[in-house]
Amino acid sequence: MTNSFADYAKAKMIILVGTNITEAHPVASTFVKDAALAGARLIVIDPRRTDMVDFAEMHVPLKVGSDVALINGVMNVLIEENLYDKKYVDSCTEGFEDLKKKVMEYPPERAAEISGIPADAIRELARKMASVKPAMLMYTLGITEHICGVNNVMSCANLQMLLGNVGVECGGVNPQRGQNNVQGACDMGALPNVFPGYQPVANADARAKFAKAWNVKSLPDKPGMMMPTMMKNLTTGKVKGFYVFGENLANTEPDIKHVEHELQSAEFLVCQDIFPTETTRFAHVILPAAAWSENDGTFASSERRVNRVRTASVPPGDAKPNWWIFKELAKRFGHEWASASAQEIWDNEVSVLAPSMAGIKYARLENDGLQWPCPGAEHPGTPTLHKGGKFTRGLGMLKAIDYIPPAEVPDPEYPFVLSTGRRLYHYHTRTQTGRSAGINDLLGEETADISAADAQAKGISDGEKISVKSRRGEVVVKARVTKEIPPGLVWMAFHFREACANWLTNPVYDPVTQTAEYKACAVRIDKLR
Amino acid sequence: MDKKITVTIDGQEVSADPGQTILEAARNQGIYIPTLCHYSRTTNVGACRVCVVEVENARSYVASCCAPITPGMVIRTNTPAIRAAQRMIVELMWSSGDHNCLTCEQNGACELQDLVYRLQIDKPRFPIEHPAYGPDSTNTMITRDLNKCILCGRCVRACNEIQVNEVLDFANRGSYAKVGPAFDADYIDSACVFCGECAQVCPTGAITFKQAKFAGRPWELAKTRTTCAYCGVGCQIDLYTKDNKIVKVMGNREYGQPNEGSLCVKGRFGMDFISHPDRLTKPLIRRRKGEDFQEAAWDEAYAFIAERLAAVKKEYGPDSIAGLSSARCTNEENYLFQKFLRGAIGTNNVDHCARL
Ligand code: SF4
Ligand code: SF4
Ligand code: SF4
Ligand code: FES
Repeated sequence: MTNSFADYAKAKMIILVGTNITEAHPVASTFVKDAALAGARLIVIDPRRTDMVDFAEMHVPLKVGSDVALINGVMNVLIEENLYDKKYVDSCTEGFEDLKKKVMEYPPERAAEISGIPADAIRELARKMASVKPAMLMYTLGITEHICGVNNVMSCANLQMLLGNVGVECGGVNPQRGQNNVQGACDMGALPNVFPGYQPVANADARAKFAKAWNVKSLPDKPGMMMPTMMKNLTTGKVKGFYVFGENLANTEPDIKHVEHELQSAEFLVCQDIFPTETTRFAHVILPAAAWSENDGTFASSERRVNRVRTASVPPGDAKPNWWIFKELAKRFGHEWASASAQEIWDNEVSVLAPSMAGIKYARLENDGLQWPCPGAEHPGTPTLHKGGKFTRGLGMLKAIDYIPPAEVPDPEYPFVLSTGRRLYHYHTRTQTGRSAGINDLLGEETADISAADAQAKGISDGEKISVKSRRGEVVVKARVTKEIPPGLVWMAFHFREACANWLTNPVYDPVTQTAEYKACAVRIDKLR
Repeated sequence: MDKKITVTIDGQEVSADPGQTILEAARNQGIYIPTLCHYSRTTNVGACRVCVVEVENARSYVASCCAPITPGMVIRTNTPAIRAAQRMIVELMWSSGDHNCLTCEQNGACELQDLVYRLQIDKPRFPIEHPAYGPDSTNTMITRDLNKCILCGRCVRACNEIQVNEVLDFANRGSYAKVGPAFDADYIDSACVFCGECAQVCPTGAITFKQAKFAGRPWELAKTRTTCAYCGVGCQIDLYTKDNKIVKVMGNREYGQPNEGSLCVKGRFGMDFISHPDRLTKPLIRRRKGEDFQEAAWDEAYAFIAERLAAVKKEYGPDSIAGLSSARCTNEENYLFQKFLRGAIGTNNVDHCARL
């Protein structure tokens, strides 16, 4: 996030795009509701009628995957009607002429055709957005989980820069992270192209610095594989040894049947986890790890805040902290690592090697944590990025972006769009929440959410078991007939093994980030015979 | 900032900000005034009146949580008359409920009990007559015993103003008043999303956490501040543990960003997986495909992994090895995982499920 959760309740206008915040980020949603009750204006852009619509002055139920077209349409109006922040665009950004040329190809009428939002509503939306300053934009996976995920993200950034909303309190572009430490895993260089602190592996100076710190002669300079490529190469034989640390790929990745084939093909698979999972079935070695409350450490939240995690219980049996396991394994490869606690790892390695975290030390994290960039011992941390419209690269880049449809669109055989995500009461593949007594009572099985119109047309009643089928698989699941869903859409989550949406989802990826298109594929729904 | 105002509290000259309540001005000076219905981040409603003080020239006692200070105000918080009024209020509350601390989970952490003690009340002067409501223990997370409810309204305001879930309200008026979801429904049958905020703010044993019942007295529990293990908001939470089990999870209003003491259902009720019997407790090895897993000692597991990975590396090069890190685990662990792959194996094939 460019901004902070502390801004939410104070915001004057909030634009939620592709985020069901009440279910995926519940406490953050309370602050959005606080803002709305205090008079802030709220716009919800989402195919589903999410709970937040009750608090909104405008709901924009665009067609799944049409975000770029809609936002281009909005920007077309902003430019045509001269509603954008000219001063900001002139002094803080570049690329305006290219952007303008592109969005001129998207008059509201064309955007309406693609997005299903009437042209007048697009005009109204643009005027509303331009009427309050600053406005804060939040998004979640509704933006990123498309083959055009990066384009969607850049469109959000385009919009906010055009409105002059980046670099101010209660503004910005704010992706809310779905998992406790996605932010941190990225920050720590658990990515194929960067070391901790986003220092590129292709950079010789960075390699030299890390090689010295890690006491190795050299480090590989070629960026590695992203996850989908790794998985694919399990079957081609290019990847022989695969180490899966705390992930349940067999349920989380699109097209489960195929994923299981890939895992099955691994010549040597190590899994490190706290529970046996669908994925550990394929392992050659399973290492029992200490869980979250059994270990010290830090997480980085969506707002780039490094928070302490503290030990409250001891691990069962022989389970060991992850850091200890890695340290011992490294020893078997001839590497003696000095750090012998989470604090030593952070204070003596991470914060020394990552300049944006140089000022973050455990001693400073006792209370409410610190938000990076925090380059020095006295630095208070950074609640708002690009302050005053000053971007890391100098000027903010406006980018001309074209709409592309999802990889798989409905046809007569598979006439519905399936979109997927999380529900409030569960988390991921339920390795944790599935073992929490109360939570299972609240939601004990998966449902396929469908509209009343489609239910009626198909003669399906609420709670009836139906078949949902895609080109990759079929599940039998309870129908949940709800006003949240527009006709033509089916919505499911990936929490339960049996009716997991990922038996159906399409393994196609954004070319840059290799994020899978979880939000759109084609399915058919049928009554059971 | 507006100019400071000077008032006198218990003979002490106090300078305070205009707009502050008497309660705030007094607390800033470390002067104790009891409260029950007052609760941070919610509207002051003046329902319980246990916070009364004397204000010179005022016609009656003033509820200090609602009354703003005015210049020159002379306030007394601890006169015998005030204490008597507070005792009366507390005795009425006591006698109109089933405050049987012997069996109450809140014993030792109850604000009503604390006040009885602080105001040195031996027993109420009125006969105990409680409404004899049936309990709501239909769900596995939150239990309600409204016979212990003092109608302070904190739960109602927390649900509506802090969480904005708009589930709880008052039904009926006067001595028949009752708090709860619409139509007097049990929580599990209502629109409640089980954030647990109402139980966290309830000053008595009227709304409590069911899994914490009989799991340890307040003074036996160890408290550890940590960060929630679920979504990317990063809520700050207190884990209460006993005998290596997480008994309950609480927010803490003393902590600031990002959650200011609030939690959601996952942070609140999603933590008992830690002591689930399915936990992996021993390294498991399968030397050949199709074989069953065998329990192993750590040294054996390390040796096996090192031998196999080294063989792969030798024959096919470091880039034939890949690792997936965990967005669920700590920074330090992610750091070491990529250090292991880059430094010890020699590949940049490291990624994680960021895109999920
Ligand atoms: S249930 Fe608790 S918080 Fe709610 S009104 Fe009664 S005593 Fe107050
Ligand atoms: S648990 Fe949360 S939603 Fe349910 S009644 Fe209590 S405060 Fe309201
Ligand atoms: S308590 Fe809820 S909102 Fe807060 S971090 Fe945990 S899962 Fe997210
Ligand atoms: S605390 Fe002031 S009236 Fe209840």
